[in-house]
Amino acid sequence: MKSLKAQHHILSDTHEQIEILEHGINHDDSFKLIPFQQKMEEAGLFPLRPTGLEIFQINVGKMCNQVCKHCHVDAGPDRKEIMTRETMQQCLDILAANPSFKIVDLTGGAPELNPDFRWFVEKIKELDKHIIVRCNLTIILANKRFNDLPQFFKQHSIEVVSSLPFYSRDRTDRQRGNGVFEDSIKALQMLNAVGYGKEGSRLKLNLVYNPAGAFLPPSQEILEKEFKTTLKKDFDIDFHSLYAITNLPISRFLDYLLQSGNYEKYMEKLVAAYNPVAAAKVMCRNTLSIGWDGFIYDCDFNQMLDMKVDCSAHHISQFSDTVLSNRNIVINQHCYGCTAGAGSSCGGAVA
Amino acid sequence: MANHYYNAEDLGKFSSVGEYQKPMADKFFAWYGEVFAEGNLTAREKSLIALAVAHAVQCPYCIDAYSSDAFEKGWSEGQMMEAIHVASAIKGGAALVHGVQMMNKVKEIAM
Repeated sequence: MKSLKAQHHILSDTHEQIEILEHGINHDDSFKLIPFQQKMEEAGLFPLRPTGLEIFQINVGKMCNQVCKHCHVDAGPDRKEIMTRETMQQCLDILAANPSFKIVDLTGGAPELNPDFRWFVEKIKELDKHIIVRCNLTIILANKRFNDLPQFFKQHSIEVVSSLPFYSRDRTDRQRGNGVFEDSIKALQMLNAVGYGKEGSRLKLNLVYNPAGAFLPPSQEILEKEFKTTLKKDFDIDFHSLYAITNLPISRFLDYLLQSGNYEKYMEKLVAAYNPVAAAKVMCRNTLSIGWDGFIYDCDFNQMLDMKVDCSAHHISQFSDTVLSNRNIVINQHCYGCTAGAGSSCGGAVA
Repeated sequence: MANHYYNAEDLGKFSSVGEYQKPMADKFFAWYGEVFAEGNLTAREKSLIALAVAHAVQCPYCIDAYSSDAFEKGWSEGQMMEAIHVASAIKGGAALVHGVQMMNKVKEIAM
């Protein structure tokens, strides 16, 4: 399967995606939803303001060994956007100068496919930051040169956050591609073998669930119990926490919603499930998202819609903690995805 | 009078039954919520039972609601269809087992 970009798909144009989100499938306002801004105004949360600069999330490139059907990044083997070592160095300079950033969250694509990934991790670690790597698991088995990733992660005390949409083969492979479940299980066993995910272990292994279809995640707490019981019984796998993440109507998931005729119902479901408690705790309030080319966004979703931060510090070359701390966070209709039900963030439910 | 008996949008109006009899509706919805909460059976198990019963009572609203709910709670298409076969087998069996009553009666009156 090719990325939307490689297919020259109309949705690879972010303006088209925003038009659909704001004005409906035919751009004619025949399908109207309450504007997200209005909901935030009612909750006293508009303009949405940052609470701090704590998490520095870096998208080191869109290349991935998988082509998942729900991917909001439209990542895949054909994506060539990769962060250079020069841009990484700029990120390191910011991290060194800003101790408020305690966590560096590395994502992609498959971040490990960036040729400077290991160098970058070592340099971040020298700054004494906690590192999260969003590892898709199958990368560990994709090539011999990645087989030692569990040891590398362990050596640098990296927290591993991995997608496993379900504890059954069928549902995982439907979303992430044939054979992904089997390889993911093997990779999890390899991570367990070096000490990841074990009870009491400092080597944190957390899994990410996202729905394989046009519906919201069920209770994170209950799902975590089911994942733990089944993965232990069937595959002797241990992990720490499960993060239930809602799919946002962006890029390939938006394409799926439109193709399957679910777009309007899904949006209505998100709006109906709007939770002001979750809205107050959205991750964009303490996170900055950095693109492969160094531009700054409020979150990874805004990044994929090319909605840069609304302040003068657009790019890491212009970084200013004062300017960024005082910005208004850019919101739009897709933000309903993070405020539905128990809420959704890169760390799972928030309410 | 409406020109049809079932409208998918009516499911979303279920709680409006309280408009004509609030105390009973409140009790029903509170009880309903408790029934489907985690208990000695998980909410996930209860959802599959509800799906099967929905087919047995042939309630289109319940079928829509619990097809979504059971799938969202992780039951596979195959598992959901087997649950419906269980409901159907009980319904079919319930009819067929009365064949014994028919046989008893016929034997009573036949020469």
